[in-house]
Amino acid sequence: MIAAPFFRWDWVFDHLGLIWEKVSEHLVLTGIALGVGFVISMALALIGLRFPRTYPPITWLTGVLYTIPSLALFAFLVPITGFTVLSAEIGLVSYTLLILIRNIVAGIQGVDPAVREAALGMGYGSRRLFLEIELPLALPVILAGVRIAAVTTIGLVTITALIGQGGVGFFILQGLNRFFNTEIVLGTALSVILAVAVDLVLVLVERLLTPWTAKRTAAS
Amino acid sequence: MIRLENVTKVFPGGSGPAVHQLSLDVAEGEIVVLVGPSGCGKTTTLKMINRLVEPTSGRITVAGEDIMAIPAHELRRRVGYVIQQIGLFPHRTIAENIATVPRLLGWERTRIDDRVGELIRLVDLEPGMRNRYPRELSGGQRQRAGVARALAADPPVMLMDEPFGAVDPIVRGRLQDELLDLQRRVHKTIVFVTHDIDEAIKLGDRVAILNIGGIVEQYAPPAVILRDPANAFVKAFLGSHRGIKRLSLIPVGEVPLEDGPMVDRSATARDARACMDRYGVDWFGILDGKELVGWAWASDLDGDSLAHIDPKPFEARVSLDASLREALDTIITSRTRVAPVFDGGRFVGTITAEGISRELAK
Repeated sequence: MIAAPFFRWDWVFDHLGLIWEKVSEHLVLTGIALGVGFVISMALALIGLRFPRTYPPITWLTGVLYTIPSLALFAFLVPITGFTVLSAEIGLVSYTLLILIRNIVAGIQGVDPAVREAALGMGYGSRRLFLEIELPLALPVILAGVRIAAVTTIGLVTITALIGQGGVGFFILQGLNRFFNTEIVLGTALSVILAVAVDLVLVLVERLLTPWTAKRTAAS
Repeated sequence: MIRLENVTKVFPGGSGPAVHQLSLDVAEGEIVVLVGPSGCGKTTTLKMINRLVEPTSGRITVAGEDIMAIPAHELRRRVGYVIQQIGLFPHRTIAENIATVPRLLGWERTRIDDRVGELIRLVDLEPGMRNRYPRELSGGQRQRAGVARALAADPPVMLMDEPFGAVDPIVRGRLQDELLDLQRRVHKTIVFVTHDIDEAIKLGDRVAILNIGGIVEQYAPPAVILRDPANAFVKAFLGSHRGIKRLSLIPVGEVPLEDGPMVDRSATARDARACMDRYGVDWFGILDGKELVGWAWASDLDGDSLAHIDPKPFEARVSLDASLREALDTIITSRTRVAPVFDGGRFVGTITAEGISRELAK
């Protein structure tokens, strides 16, 4: 009897269609979570910046959300919202909030007060000050938060396989059920590769969006 | 141009008013320097003029308009503002930084471009700086860019809050000279805040010396303040070298010049000796008509005529618009103890340490 190989490439090649489908699903789940998470975080960060008293409760609340074990959260959501994308996203989004809010607020607060004073002194209104000066200058810190949130979310998406979502987590779960190493390794590897790839893309995005932080050679 | 009437500012939680019943008039086209120790309210006073700080009571007008009647952002677009940390926008190029106020005012693109080019030349930045980011510039260059940005929409009024406080003394001196030079061309009404009395004396057409709580101890041209300090506070603030400081403010042309021990080329050795005796010196200057050709020691005299003498040139000379400080420097480093004074290329007389001290003692 020949021992079954640890990793079966032939299985992978036979299921390329399925793999692609799960990778896309993974990216969509991550994208929605980050997009919705960013919008909610921006709103909460603005409230926190405008009314500083609200900031501690906001971080406390999102901190509590962040500490809930993901398995428990999904188990709790299923009776309410079912085995749906909505359940998955509620969980995923809540885990992005703390990181994003903190980085948005830190980024805005980190803007050099002299820059703010100069802008006000030249006649900027508060809206333009925020959009044209504070937000762009906070971008490196905000994008650092987005990168952490993205990597975390890509890992967390695999867990949502438990409620019938999960992207490449599907392979991990099925592999565990069937004692089939190839699928477990494939799911894990894909998740890691996605995280690294998305992180790299975000680094590039940051470079494009913040050209002023780049070191330039002396040549004009 | 700018008038503050009984302006008071009380900060909530402050122990007393930061500025108390301050009144000040700034005429069009002059540089007024507010100077005083920290806590004297000079920066608060400045910031009230562009409403970054709102006065608690009193009235401020700019060009006859009550500033409280103008929306703050509109007022600020009409008033140039330069601060010590400059506050250039790090994410915008130098050209974009300079274009800030014109853009806020909605100028057309080509007009903005032309104006930016003009300003870059005006403040003496290299045209290649246009597309650089602020962090790629030196401290002095950034400061010039900050001044260019404040001048962009050609505001009649400029407020400058210790703009040269963060650069090293050599660059500071140069930036001060540049500001004076710029002011001769642009004729702005400038209110300038500093804690450095020497900077105040150098730049101000008038200087307001402020005491703690925004009290004006004296408001006068720097030469007047140095000659007649109003009280003990002003005297103490001016420090111990008032006489030396005054030297920089008085031009040579204001002091009566002396002929000096000068003899014509055609004179005799006896004339030269008589002349030296009159002045009590052991050297004499040699004129050729009205032109000063040089000088010689008494011991160089040999025989009756001056024909054989090879005159030594006066190495240092001062012009009529030089300051007494430059003249004194020339005097104490020259062997003849005088500085020959020239009006353009024409020799007009000499100035001595005694002459300078007579002037200061007046």
